[in-house]
Amino acid sequence: MPSQLVEQYFRADNLPQIWCPGCGHGIITRAIAAAIEQLDLDPNKVCVVSGIGCSSRAPGYLDFNTLHTTHGRALAFATGIKLANPDLKVIVIMGDGDSTAIGGNHFIHACRRNIDITTIIFNNNIYGMTGGQYSPTTPKFDKGTTAPYGNIDKAFDVCDLAGAAGATYVGRATSYHANMVTTLVKNGIMNEGFSLIEAISGCPTYYGRKNKKGGPVDMMKWQKDFAVNVTAAARMTPEQLEGKFLIGEFKNKPEPEYTKEYQRIIDSLKGSDV
Amino acid sequence: MSKKVRLMQGNEACVEGAIAAGMMFYSGYPITPSTEIAEISAERLPRIGGKFIQMEDEIAGIAAAIGASLTGVKTMTATSGPGFSLKQENIGYAAIAEIPIVIVDVQRGGPSTGQPTSPAQGDMMQAKWGTHGDHPVIALCPSSVKETFDLTIKSFNLAEKYRMPVLLMMDEVVGHMREKIEIPDSSEIEIINRKKPTCSAEEYLPFKPEANLVPLMADFGTGYRYHVTGLVHDETGFPSNSTQVADDLIRRLMDKVEVNKADIISWEEENTEDADILIFAYGCVARAAKTAIKMLREKGIKVGLFRPITVWPFPEERLIELSKQVKVIIAPEMNLGQMVLEVERLCNKHTKIERLNKVNGEIIYPEEIIAKIQEVL
Amino acid sequence: MKMKSISSNEVNHGKLIINTEWCKGCGICTAFCPTKAIELIGEKVTVADIDKCTQCGLCELRCPDYAIYVGGKKNEQKG
Ligand SMILES: Cc1ncc(C[n+]2csc(CCOP(=O)(O)OP(=O)(O)O)c2C)c(N)n1
Ligand code: SF4
Ligand code: SF4
Ligand code: SF4
Repeated sequence: MPSQLVEQYFRADNLPQIWCPGCGHGIITRAIAAAIEQLDLDPNKVCVVSGIGCSSRAPGYLDFNTLHTTHGRALAFATGIKLANPDLKVIVIMGDGDSTAIGGNHFIHACRRNIDITTIIFNNNIYGMTGGQYSPTTPKFDKGTTAPYGNIDKAFDVCDLAGAAGATYVGRATSYHANMVTTLVKNGIMNEGFSLIEAISGCPTYYGRKNKKGGPVDMMKWQKDFAVNVTAAARMTPEQLEGKFLIGEFKNKPEPEYTKEYQRIIDSLKGSDV
Repeated sequence: MSKKVRLMQGNEACVEGAIAAGMMFYSGYPITPSTEIAEISAERLPRIGGKFIQMEDEIAGIAAAIGASLTGVKTMTATSGPGFSLKQENIGYAAIAEIPIVIVDVQRGGPSTGQPTSPAQGDMMQAKWGTHGDHPVIALCPSSVKETFDLTIKSFNLAEKYRMPVLLMMDEVVGHMREKIEIPDSSEIEIINRKKPTCSAEEYLPFKPEANLVPLMADFGTGYRYHVTGLVHDETGFPSNSTQVADDLIRRLMDKVEVNKADIISWEEENTEDADILIFAYGCVARAAKTAIKMLREKGIKVGLFRPITVWPFPEERLIELSKQVKVIIAPEMNLGQMVLEVERLCNKHTKIERLNKVNGEIIYPEEIIAKIQEVL
Repeated sequence: MKMKSISSNEVNHGKLIINTEWCKGCGICTAFCPTKAIELIGEKVTVADIDKCTQCGLCELRCPDYAIYVGGKKNEQKG
């Protein structure tokens, strides 16, 4: 019998996952399940949708209504599910490439609509599934199999992007800070609107190896040492923040939710069909 | 029984048919000459408690429709040429994941942006081969406003019955033409709904086929928690690397249509009993063909029409039969020869086949068909 | 759908339960265990000194493969 959390919310028969040893995706997936447990959501009403990538394999291990779609399109499928049946709690899991390259357009528009979907981006700064090509979140000058001389693209800040596009709840944590992932996902689910949680994950197999970041433990240590909570950062000098990245809750600004607004239109038209 | 007679456009008839069939969700992206389907859906759906959403592109349009279908509602998306190209990946997704959905393509001149406001029939082969991999296809082709209404209903019925995407291949002429149509009373319309499981959630195998090769489909949110993926999967719905599972799945998907062909296929014949010349035409071209036949018959020339209504699967058997009876088959198409490839493949042992093609953005006129017939006689 | 219940290679150490079949030997749990109660031997996690374990749950929190978790009330009520 696995742990109670796993027993209750995972499809334990499908475990262990296909992920590499030490891949951060498993830690984040567990943190999401913990959020669902703590909110005591009815599993029959939870729907987890993903695209294509290592991260997008997560729903197959989770015991909810699960949908593994096409590369980049998870949010578009999820939008249909949520609008068709607003009673469902819709959670979307995507990789950084999945969400911000091929799925970038769906991403900004889901943010803009403020539809009640909680999205978790497993950001490992690389295309894991296809073997280590650079992604829109690969830091400048880092390497990927398609950036053998260093990446010259500027990286997206996924949280800034989401906030600017209209997401009403935005936060970031890491696989090291798994409890914070849980807290942010919980808040995201409770936010009636579009929530984006960026979960920094580690891909030791490709990103780690290509960029001499060491193994899974070293990558987690980096998360521990370089993450600064946004509240602590407020009291730090630019010099102290040099090379660091922020975690925590960045935006929590509720606005009218899309499916509720649509229902308002339906209600206003009641009895008007001729 | 109250019958409503209304003057309407083909695109409007498509929406009316969809609503009559039970459509409660539409997601799409505007594009000429299909845009009215989106506009009318946006106006009509919220009035009946349904949902309309304009997505950010055609890929999202079909994706949202597939997602919505999983919650148990009937969904549609409509587009034209460039948008039809964008939808292809997710058409394959709906095929392998066995999700009912209706996709309308109001064909316009291509390739690329081509001739946005001109009619064409250039997507007929794309309907069959547009998405990658072996996959089942059902595509219907209306040639009038009334038939657009009827075939939209049929598209929904087939999508629900066989759990797959169904393509309604309209063209600009049919989409924008106005005709008076009689809207039947809802009691006269046959509606088919997907079959849902009645077993317990524990016993449910989401991709285990019934006798007609179609699995029962549970709505998301009703207690049957299952997994849906575009990867090859076994009866449980989970991905599998087994060669046997892959082979079984792809063959079953194809067989859903192959084995049930008799139920799916339909066509129209006119004046074929004594015909020694056969016009093979579909969509708006079939209208010109009918006029041509009338004019030629008046001169005593025995011409008949064979019009596939399901273009995919193709009504092979009857066309082969007819090809043994006639001296020549004339195949006018608003493309450079697409469905004629099927005609040639099936009939060239039995008769002569003559193509008549037009891609200049104009319709094919009856006179052009008559001239072609006179030329070959 | 009913999943067949798993019978895995679990070892119950009282305070800790370890599934050696699921453990991929990544070393995350051992690296971050505050008391060094566990160690990696031959690419599998093993208990070094169960007395040192405070059941803080950090290993369970960060194991990517759910192969290690604290025993006791919460996880044993059903098994
Ligand atoms: C349309 C399409 N293009 C490309 C691919 C190949 N592909 C699969 S996953 C992937 C990228 C995965 O990277 P990311 O989204 O960052 O997720 P990760 O695997 O790192 O978790 C790509 C390019 C695909 N499956 N579909
Ligand atoms: S390739 Fe990278 S992202 Fe994919 S499973 Fe392995 S470690 Fe994880
Ligand atoms: S519960 Fe805490 S103390 Fe015990 S092994 Fe795990 S990390 Fe170490
Ligand atoms: S974290 Fe998990 S998989 Fe990694 S060594 Fe520890 S028990 Fe094994």
